[in-house]
Amino acid sequence: MRYLTARKRAIGKGSAHTGTEHHWSMTVSAVALAFLVPTWVYVFGHALGQDYDTVRATFARPFPSILTAMVLVVGMRHFAKGATMMIEDYARGTARKLCIIAAYSISSVIVATGLYALVKIAL
Amino acid sequence: MANTNQAGVKRVERPLSPHLQIYRPQLTSFTSILTRITGNALIVGVALAVWWLLAAAVSPAYFAVANAVCTSWFGDLVFAGSAWAVWYHYLAGLRHLYFDAGKGLDVATAEKLGWGVIIGSVVLTVLTIVIV
Repeated sequence: MRYLTARKRAIGKGSAHTGTEHHWSMTVSAVALAFLVPTWVYVFGHALGQDYDTVRATFARPFPSILTAMVLVVGMRHFAKGATMMIEDYARGTARKLCIIAAYSISSVIVATGLYALVKIAL
Repeated sequence: MANTNQAGVKRVERPLSPHLQIYRPQLTSFTSILTRITGNALIVGVALAVWWLLAAAVSPAYFAVANAVCTSWFGDLVFAGSAWAVWYHYLAGLRHLYFDAGKGLDVATAEKLGWGVIIGSVVLTVLTIVIV
């Protein structure tokens, strides 16, 4: 005799194990990046290849600096969550967990490094 | 293949989605998987860009090294590739938002949007390289 209803056995067995928070978070960051990224590509593309003083002068200004910080914070969160989605599709068990931790770690290191550089240039 | 869970129900070992091996390659699936590949590959360009920025923050000598790498053929390759990847991911992302709104889901429109993403990303990449 079964003590669990069919519904009870089904709950939590979906591929995501959560509701739509992940998808909604990706939607929100995607819309933010849609505004941020084209401007940032222009700013970064112009700075790349310039000499040391020009590069520092560019990123010492408020607009390029704040824009870069926002692209890094929003972009790396978008990346970590997107990479998690890919990993969940292709890896299982311990490998899945290690890959997800690695994705979040890389994103965090990149954000921390970028913010450190921006602050140091600004000061 | 089938195993039995605690409730005594036979279960089938199902493949993990999206299970590329069994799909017939088509424009819509190709453009979708490319969204994932470009999005994840962009980490390389971002890492290189942040390393370059860190070098600019640390010292002129360190910047000389990072700038030499970033403006070498390797740097050009990574940043040109990243420019295409970012524009492809950008347009495909907008397409996903459009799909999420429940629009453009019939095959003819979806394929048209797919070509739009491919051609648009190449055009924007060329424009980017020319302008910046």
